[in-house]
Order: sequence, then C-alpha cells, then structure tokens
Amino acid sequence: MSDILVQTNDLVKSFPIRRGFFGQRRYRLVAVDRVNLAIRRGETLGLVGESGCGKSTLGLTIMRLYEPTSGAVWFNGQDMAQLSGKELQKHRRQMQMIFQDPLASLDPRMTVEEILREPLMIHGIGSEQEQILEVNRLLNVTGMPADAALRFPTEFSGGQQQRIGIARALALEPKLLICDEPVSALDVSVQAQILNLLRDLQDRFELTYLFISHNIAVTAFMSRRIGVMYLGQLVEIGPSKEIVMQPLHPYTQALIKAVPEPEPELKRLKRSLLGEIPSPIDRPTGCPFHPRCPIAQERCKVEQPALRELGPDHSVACHLA
Amino acid sequence: MNKPLLEVKNLKTEFRLSQGTVHAVNGVSFTIGEGEVLGIVGESGCGKSVTALSLMRLIESPGRIVDGQVLFYDRDRIVDLAALPLHEMERIRGNKISMIFQDPMTSLNPVLTIGYQLTEPLKQHRSMSEDQARKTAIQLLDRVGIPEAAVRMNDYPHQFSGGMRQRVMVAMAAACQPRLLIADEPTTALDVTIQAQIIDLINELKEETGTSVIIITHDLGVIAGIADQVAVMYAGHIIEKSPVREIFSAPRHPYTQALIGSIPRLRYWPDRLTTIEGAPPNLMTEITGCPFHPRCPVRIQRCEAERPPFIESTPGHACACWVNA
Repeated sequence: MSDILVQTNDLVKSFPIRRGFFGQRRYRLVAVDRVNLAIRRGETLGLVGESGCGKSTLGLTIMRLYEPTSGAVWFNGQDMAQLSGKELQKHRRQMQMIFQDPLASLDPRMTVEEILREPLMIHGIGSEQEQILEVNRLLNVTGMPADAALRFPTEFSGGQQQRIGIARALALEPKLLICDEPVSALDVSVQAQILNLLRDLQDRFELTYLFISHNIAVTAFMSRRIGVMYLGQLVEIGPSKEIVMQPLHPYTQALIKAVPEPEPELKRLKRSLLGEIPSPIDRPTGCPFHPRCPIAQERCKVEQPALRELGPDHSVACHLA
Repeated sequence: MNKPLLEVKNLKTEFRLSQGTVHAVNGVSFTIGEGEVLGIVGESGCGKSVTALSLMRLIESPGRIVDGQVLFYDRDRIVDLAALPLHEMERIRGNKISMIFQDPMTSLNPVLTIGYQLTEPLKQHRSMSEDQARKTAIQLLDRVGIPEAAVRMNDYPHQFSGGMRQRVMVAMAAACQPRLLIADEPTTALDVTIQAQIIDLINELKEETGTSVIIITHDLGVIAGIADQVAVMYAGHIIEKSPVREIFSAPRHPYTQALIGSIPRLRYWPDRLTTIEGAPPNLMTEITGCPFHPRCPVRIQRCEAERPPFIESTPGHACACWVNA
C-alpha cells in the first residue's frame, strides 16, 4: 500500500460566468489552477490562503462535489474519474467533510440521532438497534452528552454543533476528513476544544486530514505540512515549521508577517503588503503574485513560475526563490 | 497616565425582553487618557460591543443604559454622555467621537456616493463650504490609501472592495479630527494581509492626530499590535485590566490565562491548547459570586458566594479574582 492517500494531478476547476446585460460577456473563473499535491496517510496537510484563493474549491473538487474541469484526483490508488455507480459510492464514503458553519449543514428539523443515523441508513449499515448503538458511540467519541440524541441541532452551542458535524462525518469510518474552516466561526476557547478534539480523533482512528483555513497559526498547530495558495495556484508547500520560520515565497513571507500575533514586542512593525488580491477572472500574466510582489522582475510579468523542489519536501513556485 | 479623556463609571446596560432582562454590561468602569489606545477583548456575548454602543448612545430599544456615567473631558468642560440629551449627543457623535464598525456596509449608505458621504459631516460639523469639504475629502481618501481619490469620490460603496470600504470608514471617522475613535472589530471581516493594512492605518492616524482609540476585538493578536492598555471582559464585567505587555507575559485572572493559552501561536507548537470547560453564564439570571467561578480551574468556596473586588495590586494592573489578585 502506497503511503499516499490522495493525489491531484494538474487539477483544474473553472466556472463559466456571464456578466453584463443579458449575460453577453462571458468569462472563465479559474478557481483551481493546475494543482499538484499529495496527502500522505495519517498526516494533516494544511491549506492556507486568503478569500478567493481557491482553497475551498480545491477541497470540494477532491471530494468530487465539483466535477474537475481537467486533471485527475487519485484516492487510495484509484483514479476517481474512472469510477462510477457503486464503486464511486464505496470510495466516496471514505472521504468526508466538515464545514465552517455547522448549523447550515445540519437539517434543523432532524434530531441529532436522525442526523447521525442518516449516513448509516443510506449505506445500509447495521440494523436499527446497531445504528442506535453507533449513534451513542459517535456522541461519546466527540464529547457530546448521550441525551443529545433526541434533541435538535439548534438547541446546541456553536461548538457542540461542530461536534455533531464531526460525529456525522465519522459515522462511515472515513479515511480522509476534509476540514473546511472548521473553527473560523467559533470563539477562541471553543476553537481550542474543537482543535484538540480533531487531533485526538486523528490519533484514535488513524485519520488523514486536509485542513483548510485562512488562519495560519491554527493551521500550523494542526498540520505537519502546509500548502499556500494564491489565485488558484499552489505557490509553496513544505513542512509547517519551515513554512512559518523560513517561508521562501514572497507571498508566504508577507502572509506570515501579516498575522497579528499575541506578542506585543512585535508591535509597530510596519508589516503591510501593498495592494489587494486581483480578481480571479482578470488574472495577471506571468506569476499571479507579481503585481504585489516587492521583489518582482521583468521575467515575473511574462513567465509563470513552476513549482520547484528547493529543499527536502519543500517546493516553491517563484523564479527568484 | 495621560490627562483623562473619557472616564466610564459603573456603566450598566440591559435589554428588557419578554423572557427576562439581559444584563449585557453590568458595572463597567475604565478611564482612557489622551492619545492612548485601549483594547477591549472578550468572547461573543461578553458585552464588549454593547459597551462601545453605550458610549456612543447607540443602544436601541429594548436596550437601555440603566446606570453609570460616561464622563467625556471636552476641551473646556466635562459632559456625562450617558445623561446628555440626544440632540446634543448628535453634535459629539461623528465629530468629537467617531466609530468604525466590523461591516462597513452597515454604516455606508449604498445609494449615496462616497464623496457625498464624506463631505456631509465636514459641512455639518466643521462648517466647511462645498469646495473646502471636497478638497478635504479627497485629501482624506488619499491619506488612507485610496488610489485616484478624486475620481473615486463619485463612486458608490459597492464599487469598493471590503478592504477599501474599511479605509473609507477610517477616512470618514478621521474627517472631523475626533478626540476619540471607537473601532468595533474593525478587521474581523478582512483577509489577513488587508487586516494588517487597516491596523497600520489606525496606528498612523493615531500617531498623526493624537486621537485616543478604543479598539474592541476578540482577537488578542490585534490587541497586541495596537493597544497600550487592555481590558478583558467576561459576562458583562471587566475582569482584568493591564498594560498590553503584562496581559501576555503575566496574565492574572484564570479566564485571561485560559484565553491566552487557547490561541494557537505561529512559532510555538504545544501538544494541546488550553480549553475552558462549560459555557459563559446566562446573562438573564442573577449571577452570584465571581461570574467565572463555574468554569474556573482554581476556584475556592468564596468565589461562589462573593463577587471579587477589582483590585489594582501593581501599578496599572488590576484584576477581579479572590485567588490570583
């Protein structure tokens, strides 16, 4: 068995959009642009970037909730595009997802027990008795009280709702859990509980995580490796400590510097990156970061840099790195 | 401390609902000096935003300020903002005290141009002519880093990005050279590189004009980047207040300690984060003793029965705790 659980090969996801009166002007919004990455069994790969960088779309495309425009997703040694029907369903239940807003992904008219039993019923797993036992086990491992089963999602706090979301994701004993901003809507003390829980569950059930977040400190706490995205492209990927301590891409460097850290000694350091993220419809030529890059040269405006391995396990897409 | 600018004494704001009364702000006191930056930090529902809105007298029914004073040291007089007639408050709001909100769209009018919205307060509060106001507005937009300011004056809010809108808000807040700027989660909705730009901008504004700033946030990182003093709120109370360095290096209240332990830091990799068990108290019920005692890891019997006093045991650093004060 290979140690790679998920691999994407030149994965592209673009969306056609229409603008103007009567939708006369047509564009393509390239949300994910030729991304190559591998997630190893049992690791957490973090994915960071700002709004619109394509990190969530990448997660959804790996889940095959979006059909890839081109390129491939390999899961557990299988090209997902080659699968259909029963085979696809069998593979798909091994990947599950949790979302930023747990309440939006929980049906408010279903009790917690119904929510947690639903995936088991769809996949025809166990008798009614066994399913109810399973619900209790899921509530237990996610730190929910047993009497939660007969209550409704809205009766719980945000943190508990996220625990329900996690319990549902675990119901089918997945191999991969894609966590899309799972703690962004939570207060810091609750955020800490959920992050600790996710780490415990990973150890206990040998889960592999793709952890998507705009918060680099949270991602660094959770992940062994981090990938940085900008305008649909993976611009740097490497071990978390190196990404944080010695970032190589100018964008990663700016991103790390911009993090407001709870260290007052760092105060009053001018640390802003100039400019804003360009629209993914109207993307710059060459390196997507060049208009904001403090060290950009002529070459960066015309030639798009490829991801190159510059150190063990550490790759960067920059001509100048 | 510098000469005081705003002195809040025992402020209480409550919301009377049919289910009961929510004691959102329950006896908050603090002073902010001229040119100082006070950060108010706490989690959802701790009363930090209601405190800010109370200072601005923007609390709407069924909420109301039920007790306390908000003394504003104007140039030549002291006014109690909590008791000021609303029409007089309008002359202070946007003029001597300005506010920036989390979502700029809630305070920008979508059907008026940015230029109109910027020149109006200048004409009203600073009796400028149309021409003067326009010139000043362009300078302000230019100052906060809006490219082609003169052209963008004719644009509507939706034509600006989120970061640019927040810059416009800073320009509007700075327009009348206020003595106090209240910023309620000004960077929460923004991306991290844009967030850093706005924090830099508020810092620069403060340096240039000497205005005092109250910044309200849930993000201790933002506090570290901007504040001189920090007040930590929990369940409608300030439970600790100290200079910014000390709140990180030597937090005293068990809640503050847990809050700081619960944030993942960039260059520090613990195996586990500190968590706080349970949930904050229901603000509709009468709280006896320390509001944090049900969740506190170091509580003693006294904490359940008696409210701990707010004691300044070293200069500038005060804490309300029976155990750690």
